[in-house]
Amino acid sequence: MPTALGALLLVMGGLVQSGILGQYYLTVIMTMGIFIILSASLNLVNGYMGEFSCGHAGFMAVGAYASSVAGIFLFVPDKVFGQPWLPMSMTPLAFPLILAVGFVAAALAGVIVAIPSFKTRGDYLAVITLAAGYIIKSAIENIDAVGGPRGFMGMNKVIGGMNEVLDIPWMFFWIFLGVVFTIWILRRFVYSTYGKGIMAIHQDEVAAEIMSVNTNRMKLIAFMLSSGLAGLAGGLYAYLFSFVNPGSFTILRSTECLVMVYLGGMGSLSGSILSAMLYCLLLEFLKPVLDYLQLSQTIKWVIIPLGLILLMQFRPEGIMGNRELSDIFPKLKRYYRFK
Amino acid sequence: MKKLLVALLALAFVFPAAAFGADTIKIGFNIPLTGDIPKVGEMSKDAAELLKEKINGAGGLAVGGKKYMLDFVYVDNEAKPESAVNAALKLIEGEKVLAMVGPQGSGRAVPAGEVANNNKTVMVSAWSTNPKTTENRPFVFRACFLDDFQGPTAAKFATGELKAKTAAVLFAVDQDYSKGISEFFKKAFEKTAGPGSVVAYETFTTKDVDFSAQLTKIIKAKPDVLFVPQYYNEVPLIVKQARELGYKGPILGSDSWGSAELMNLCGDDCKGLFFVTHFAAAGAKGATKEFIDAFNAKFKQIPDDVGALTWDATGMILAAIQKMGAISGDLAKDREGVRAAMSTMTGYDGITGKMSFDGKTGDPIKCAVIVKIDDKGEFTFHESVCP
Amino acid sequence: MLETVIQQALNALQLGSYYSLIALGYCLVYGVLLLINFAHGDIFMVGAYIAFFAATFIMGQHAFIPANVSPLAQIACTGFFAIILTASAAYIIGRVTREGFRQTRAFKLLIGGLFVLFSLLVYFLGKGFVLPKGADRWVVMGATVPLTMLLTAAVGIFIERVAYRPLRQKGANRLYVVITALMMGIILEYGNLSALGASRIPFPPLIKTAIFEIAGVTVTNLKLISIGVAFAVFGLLQWIVTRTKLGMAMRAVSYDKFAVPLMGIPLDIIIVFTFFLGSSMAGLAGMLYAMNFPVLDPFMGALVGWKAFVAAVVGGIGDIRGAFVGGFLLAILEIVVAAVFSSELRDLISFTILLGILTMKPTGLFGTAKTTKI
Repeated sequence: MPTALGALLLVMGGLVQSGILGQYYLTVIMTMGIFIILSASLNLVNGYMGEFSCGHAGFMAVGAYASSVAGIFLFVPDKVFGQPWLPMSMTPLAFPLILAVGFVAAALAGVIVAIPSFKTRGDYLAVITLAAGYIIKSAIENIDAVGGPRGFMGMNKVIGGMNEVLDIPWMFFWIFLGVVFTIWILRRFVYSTYGKGIMAIHQDEVAAEIMSVNTNRMKLIAFMLSSGLAGLAGGLYAYLFSFVNPGSFTILRSTECLVMVYLGGMGSLSGSILSAMLYCLLLEFLKPVLDYLQLSQTIKWVIIPLGLILLMQFRPEGIMGNRELSDIFPKLKRYYRFK
Repeated sequence: MKKLLVALLALAFVFPAAAFGADTIKIGFNIPLTGDIPKVGEMSKDAAELLKEKINGAGGLAVGGKKYMLDFVYVDNEAKPESAVNAALKLIEGEKVLAMVGPQGSGRAVPAGEVANNNKTVMVSAWSTNPKTTENRPFVFRACFLDDFQGPTAAKFATGELKAKTAAVLFAVDQDYSKGISEFFKKAFEKTAGPGSVVAYETFTTKDVDFSAQLTKIIKAKPDVLFVPQYYNEVPLIVKQARELGYKGPILGSDSWGSAELMNLCGDDCKGLFFVTHFAAAGAKGATKEFIDAFNAKFKQIPDDVGALTWDATGMILAAIQKMGAISGDLAKDREGVRAAMSTMTGYDGITGKMSFDGKTGDPIKCAVIVKIDDKGEFTFHESVCP
Repeated sequence: MLETVIQQALNALQLGSYYSLIALGYCLVYGVLLLINFAHGDIFMVGAYIAFFAATFIMGQHAFIPANVSPLAQIACTGFFAIILTASAAYIIGRVTREGFRQTRAFKLLIGGLFVLFSLLVYFLGKGFVLPKGADRWVVMGATVPLTMLLTAAVGIFIERVAYRPLRQKGANRLYVVITALMMGIILEYGNLSALGASRIPFPPLIKTAIFEIAGVTVTNLKLISIGVAFAVFGLLQWIVTRTKLGMAMRAVSYDKFAVPLMGIPLDIIIVFTFFLGSSMAGLAGMLYAMNFPVLDPFMGALVGWKAFVAAVVGGIGDIRGAFVGGFLLAILEIVVAAVFSSELRDLISFTILLGILTMKPTGLFGTAKTTKI
C-alpha cells in the first residue's frame, strides 16, 4: 500500500512539474483533496456516530485562520504580527507545524459543540451546530487583526519561501500527505475500540452507556478529531488560495460537506472519498455544460440539491451504504494489510 | 453505462481548455453578474460589449500595422471576495488573458489585485476607489478617483453648500469601501467643523435590512447631515427608514449611489438628495454624449458611472496595447509590455475625463462631480470638484 | 432617555413580529411531524415574491373583473369570486336545513345552479364596477393578503406532497427528511435566483405611510399594523389549536402519531392542514416584511428563517406560545445589542446567548422534556 501511494505521488508530481498537467487542473485536483478530507472527517460524526452536525464550515474556518496566522507570524513581516521569527529556508520543515496549529485550534473549537452534545441529540444538536457555525463566522468577522470580513492575505509568501528551497509543487505534496494522513487516522480510529464505541452510540446510546461505553468521552474525542481534521482541511485551503475570508465558510460550505457525506454513504470511508471526487468532478463538469446550454451558473445550485433529494428518495444509503470498497471488491484485500 | 460515464467525464476536461487564437486579443472581465449588485456587472458587460462591437466592426484593433480582433471573457465574481480571487485566477491562468478589467467594487478589487500583481498581469479596476487596491502593486491600475479625495470632497460639500455643522455617518463595517471612505470623510469633516462634530458614527453588517436601532441613535444626536456611502441595494432601505423615524435633514451619498437601479428601488424618498460621483449623464457633451446615445440605442437605458468607467478602463488597456507597438505572442512578455505602456500613459482622453498616470502609482489624477437627484428622479450635474 | 428606550422597544416589537410569525410555522410543523422544516424561511421569501406579483397584478385594475387582461385570467377571477360565494352559500344552507340534506342529490343540484348563477352575476356586474379612487390602495391590500396567504400555502403543501410525504410513507429515517428539507430550501433560493435574475425587485408601496409622533417617539402606521397583525394571528392560531376539532387533531398527532389513524382521524389531511396554516402565516410575514423593507432579493429568507428557527427552538419548539415569545425575545436581544454595542457583534452575541440557553435548558424555555422509554 505505501509503495502504491508513493508511486502515485511521484507520477502526479512528475506530471505537474513537467507542465503536462496545467495549473487550472492542478487546482481542481487539490480542491478534490481538500474535499476528501472534509467529507471523511464529517463522516465520522454524521455517519459513524449518527449525529447531525451542520457546522463543519466553522471548524474549517478556525483551522484556516489559525494556520494562516501561524504562517504569517513565523515567516512574513506583517503590520499586525510584526517581524518574522524564522528564516524562509525553514518553511518546508515548519509547514507541518503550521498545519498542526490549525488542527489543534479547530479541535479545541470542536469542544464547543461536543459539550452540549452530551445532553442533546438529533434536532437540538443540529441547532447547536448551526449556531456554533454562525458564532465562529461572526467572531472572525469581529477580529480586526485578521482583517475581519475583508479577509486575510499573504500566505503565498510562505509558499514562495518553500519554492525558494526546492521548486516542486509544494501545495500538491502537502495536500496529498494531508489526505493520506486523514484516511489513515480515520481508518485506525474506526477499527479500534473507539470506533466500535461510536457505532454503538449510533445504534442505541442508552444501551451503550449500560454496556460500559463511556459515551461522553467517546463523543468528545470523535467531535475533536472530526473538527481537527476539518481544521487541517481549512489550513490547506487557506494556503491553496492564499486568501481567506469569513464568506468562504458559510452554511453553503457546510451543505456541500453534508451532500458529500450522504452521497457517499454514512459510515463508509471509501464512500466519502468517492463522493468527494465525484462532487468535485460534477462541479467542474457542470460549468462548460451550463455555458453551452446558455443557462446561468446558479442553476448548478438547483441541480445539486435536487440530486441529493432524489438520492434521499431512491437510495438514501448513498453510493456505498455503510460498506467499504473492500466489501464490494474482496480481491482488493490482497493489496493491503491493516494491523 | 460506466464507459459512457467515463467518456463524459473525460470530455469535461476538454471543454475548459482555452485556445489562444493567433490573431485575437483576449481581455478578461471580473465582474459581479450575480450577487448583491448585479446591475454593476450588467452595466460593465454592456459597456464592454459596445466597445468590442465598435472596434471589431471596424476590422479590429490596429497594433503595429496588424489588425487584431477582440475577444472579451466575462467571469462572474458574485460580488464576493473569494469568488473574485477565483475568477481572477481563472482568467489569468485558465483563460490566459492579456489584461483584466475589474473587479469593480473595492471589497473585491483589493484581494483580486493581489492575485493579479503576483501573477504579473495588468488589472484595471474601473470603479474601485479604495487606496489599497493599487497600493504597492505595479500591475494594478484604476480608472477613477480615490476615496482619500472623495471623502474630503463630500465633507467640503457638506460644510460648504449644505452648511452642516454636525454630521452622522451610517456605513457597513464589513465592506472595505464604505469603511475606508467613512474614515476619510470623518477626518476631513472634523478638520473643518471641529473635533467631535461627527456626532454619530454608526455601523451595520452587509445583509442587514433593519437599521432602526442605529438610526434611532443617530436621530437622537441631531446631525445636520447624514452621510451614507453604501450601494444601491442598501440606500433605499436606509433612506426610507430614516425618514420614517423622523429624520428630515439632507442625506449625502458617495459614488456607490450612481447606479441606474437606485431610483427604481428608492422612488420618491431619494429625490432631492446629493451624492459624489464620476460623471453625470444629463448635460453631457462630445464623446461622452456619443457614448450615452449609442448605449441608450442598443440597451434602452442610460449608462451609469460604472458603464462609462468600464468603457474608459477598457479603452485605456487597448490604447496601452497599441502603444506597445507589437504583440510578441509570449504572454509574460506581452503582459509586462502592457504594464509598462499603461504606467507611462499621459493625457488619455476618456469620456469620464482626462487621465494620466505618473509611473509611480496606478491612480489617475481626476475630477469628481456632485450630482443632485432632481424631482424627476434624474441624476443632474450640480458642480465639478477638481484636486 | 425614556423615549429612546420606547423607540427601540417598538423597533424590537416590529422586528419580532416577523420572527414570531415564521417561528409559529416552524413550531406547528415540528409539533405534528417532528420535522424541522428548514425550507420554511425560503417559503417566507416565496411569500414576499408572491405578494409582489399579486400586488402588481391587482394594482391598476379598477374592477372586480379586470377588463384589460386575457380571457383566461378573467375566467380565473370570475371563478375565484364565484367559488367563495358558492361555498359560503353551501355552508349557510347546510346549517339552516335539516341534518342529512347535504348528502341528497337535490342539494348538489342546488349548489351547481347557484355556482352558475353567481358566476354570471359576478362577471356581468363585476365588469362595470369601478372602485372609488382613494379606496384603491386599501382594496389592493385587502385582496393581496388572502391571495398571498393562499398561494404561499399552496407552495408549502406542494413541497410537502412532493418531498416529505413519499419519505414519510416509506418510513424513512427522520434524518433523510431533514436533509431533504435543507436541500429544498436551497433549491427555492437558487431557483428564484435563476428564474428571476439577480436584480433586486422593489415592492410597490401599498399603503401611504403615515408617520405619527407621540411624545418624542416616531412610529409609522405600517409598523403598528405589523405588530398588530402578529398578535392577531397568534390569537387566531391559539384559538384554532385549542378550540377547534382540527386543532385538537393536530395536538393528538403531536402526542402520538401512530394512534391517531386508529381513532379514525385522517393523518394526511391533518398534516396538509398544518402545512397550510404554517405556510400561509409565513406568506403573511413575507408580505408584511416586503411592505416594510421594500427591496426583495432571493436570499432574504435564509438569514431571517434561520434566526426565526433558533428563536422557535429557544422558546421551546412544539409549543406555539414558546415560539411566539422566542421570536420577540430574539428581536429584543438583537436591538439591544445593536443599540448598546456595535452592530457587528449583533449576530455573535445573540447566537451565543441562545446557545447558552439551549445548553442549560435543552428543551427551550417553554418546552417540556420528552421521556423516551427504553
